[in-house]
Amino acid sequence: MNKHEPMGRKLDLRNGRVDLSHGSGGRAMARLIADVFHAAFDNDWLRAGNDQAAFDIAAGRMVMTTDGYVVSPLFFPGGDIGKLSVHGTINDIAMAGARPLHMSASFIIEEGFPLADLCRIAQSMGEASRAAGVPIITGDTKVVERGKADGVFVSTACVGVAPAGLELSGDKARPGDTILLSGSIGDHGVAVMSKRENLSFETEVLSDTAALHELVAVMVEAAGPAIRLMRDPTRGGLAATLNEIAHQSKVGAHVEESAIPVAPQVAAACELLGLDPLFVANEGKLVAVVAAEAADSLLAVMRAHPLGRGSARIGEIVADEHGFVQMTTRFGGGRIVDWLSGEQLPRIC
Amino acid sequence: MKHVDEYRDGELARGIARRITAEAQPERDYRFMEFCGGHTHAISRYGVEDLLPENIRMIHGPGCPVCVLPMGRIDDAIKLAARPEVTLCTYADLMRVPASGGTSLMKAKADGADIRMVYSTLDAIAIAEKEPDREVVFFAIGFETTTPPTALAIRLAQKKRLRNFSIFCNHVITPAAMQAILETNEGVAIEGFVGPAHVSTVIGMSPYRRFATDYHKPVVIAGFEPLDVIQAVLMLVRQINEGRSDIENQYRRAVTETGNGRAIDEMAEIFELRESFEWRGLGEIPRSALRLREKYAQFDAEQRFGVVTSPARDNPACECGAILRGAKRPQDCKLFGTACTPETPMGSCMVSSEGSCAAHWAYGRFRQLERRKAS
Amino acid sequence: MCLAIPARVVELLPDEMARVSLDGVSKIISTALVDDLAIGDYVVLHVGYALTKIDEVEALATLELLREAAALGAAS
Repeated sequence: MNKHEPMGRKLDLRNGRVDLSHGSGGRAMARLIADVFHAAFDNDWLRAGNDQAAFDIAAGRMVMTTDGYVVSPLFFPGGDIGKLSVHGTINDIAMAGARPLHMSASFIIEEGFPLADLCRIAQSMGEASRAAGVPIITGDTKVVERGKADGVFVSTACVGVAPAGLELSGDKARPGDTILLSGSIGDHGVAVMSKRENLSFETEVLSDTAALHELVAVMVEAAGPAIRLMRDPTRGGLAATLNEIAHQSKVGAHVEESAIPVAPQVAAACELLGLDPLFVANEGKLVAVVAAEAADSLLAVMRAHPLGRGSARIGEIVADEHGFVQMTTRFGGGRIVDWLSGEQLPRIC
Repeated sequence: MKHVDEYRDGELARGIARRITAEAQPERDYRFMEFCGGHTHAISRYGVEDLLPENIRMIHGPGCPVCVLPMGRIDDAIKLAARPEVTLCTYADLMRVPASGGTSLMKAKADGADIRMVYSTLDAIAIAEKEPDREVVFFAIGFETTTPPTALAIRLAQKKRLRNFSIFCNHVITPAAMQAILETNEGVAIEGFVGPAHVSTVIGMSPYRRFATDYHKPVVIAGFEPLDVIQAVLMLVRQINEGRSDIENQYRRAVTETGNGRAIDEMAEIFELRESFEWRGLGEIPRSALRLREKYAQFDAEQRFGVVTSPARDNPACECGAILRGAKRPQDCKLFGTACTPETPMGSCMVSSEGSCAAHWAYGRFRQLERRKAS
Repeated sequence: MCLAIPARVVELLPDEMARVSLDGVSKIISTALVDDLAIGDYVVLHVGYALTKIDEVEALATLELLREAAALGAAS
């Protein structure tokens, strides 16, 4: 924004609310963008005030992704929709073994949404993007009438670059490969559910939301092409990710329940609601399928990184024409870990 | 978790399983029904059947309230929810259950009906208090475990003088269904029951006596953890071997001879038996369900909104009835895994993850494949 | 399926309510169906209601039986 341009009424960031004028393209919108988003994301690209951002491209393979974020509640233990929208999109880039470079952010805001909440979300995004070293360099804002959005929806996109010769892909798992997991499962889903009005329970579980690209960087450096693929088990949980891998690679998987880390409070919350942690969402974990001979050294590298301290070898890829994900239970029996049928709902009666 | 983890110890389970193998007579087959979906769930989730010898077969019974609720009653609930003044509160278990014409509560919600998932009847009461202009209807389902919380909700609504709260009552009775299974049993004989865990914390042991005296079937009431189930199987094997049919209690830490008197009194105060009620997969069973007593009529959504249940027919090729009685297995049904899957369930056994077909789909299919490979 | 789990009573509240804890997860429930609850008791929790108290003596006895059966199994 040009300092010399008049920008409309000052915003009441403490008690004010978003109204339709903030999406109208006029001065009110310019003010909102300047005071809320530019203030939070501050960088040269945004200061240039263009409708797009230009940057030089690095050598290697360009990787691009986009993701929309809708979460209820918007603020939850350990994070908020803003942080999630930065971390989640960075992670999608990182799962290609790539280094994320730049992001965009787009907001659809419901009329009446408190400006204080919007600031909090924007600041949280700014912090997350600075911490990750991935600036938000362009964006968009729209305001819709009351009742037409659930507070705020955030969409982010990210571009990154993968080292030449590294082609991680979901169809590259082969029988005999080892499956590694970077830490405990279910934390994010349980943290969010604990704040849903109709389920209300109290727990100290925090969302595990985190940007994984630095963990990925050390993994790629250590194991390179021995890594077949990486995935972050978000919606649908670890179960969905394992099934996706089996499906794409036309293989089966076998995992050991006792090797899969679950925090005691997460396990307890799942017991309470009749949920299975295997299906509960994560926002700061990754699954890596790696050639068996590289697994031990890669696991050591993961465990040495702060975001991979809880890493574990959870199983292996097997040949299976049916694409089943099988699990040896802690109890010693066997079962299939299937895809989730629809949304996972509490089982109670 | 205390009182949970101790009963999930695989080492102990393998020891007990070896004992079962040693005591089970190799020349005969043992067929036990676990009545409850909770047991079915534990058996499949922990892979209990992998530990049992080949000649012990577990038949998964109809003890899943979601599975046995006839489609017509879901249709009724959807009709109730479609009324502009009604807020329908339901346990989440029911949201995806298919109703007539491919609809469900989930779809009705998407169409604009005010349907809210609750964890407890207390939450439904809170909604009624907070929103006095809404007619709050609680979709009450479940066995004797879930009935006392509904009874208490009515008590509470009465105490709070709530005029906008009612329940759509679909509570059913466990022993009546067990009896129906024994009465209509064709094909496969059930030799004993793993009896309900949490239902029995409420009703105690005495309602099962007639299965021992009149039908000579042993019943072992068991907890819902995998070691509870395995121990109950050992107790049943011993009863069969000794020619006994007794009502035994494996779940002594929570079940007493007489049950929970307070809960029984509350249920008796609020509810009375219906002459007959339809169970999905089993048909009409006399004196197997509850309705509100006349003096609580103001809380009865059926009376309040004039609910008339119309029959909704299941697919005639569906073998749920025979499967629930233990006469057939899920894989014997033509629809299983083809027309009928967890995404598009045709019959009651596929509806909830506790149903025998859904359990077999989710957990048991590969076991069948392994066996086929081995042979 | 009558999902119910053991929870420890950590606080008794007015109107026959209590706060329970399950490995650090805490929830307020109704105790209107159970008499004579004390802090530290374990209850079987179902849809927001305590259904019954867990009998510690019986629980230990059951575990003992389980161990005996397993030991017999190991020897057989």
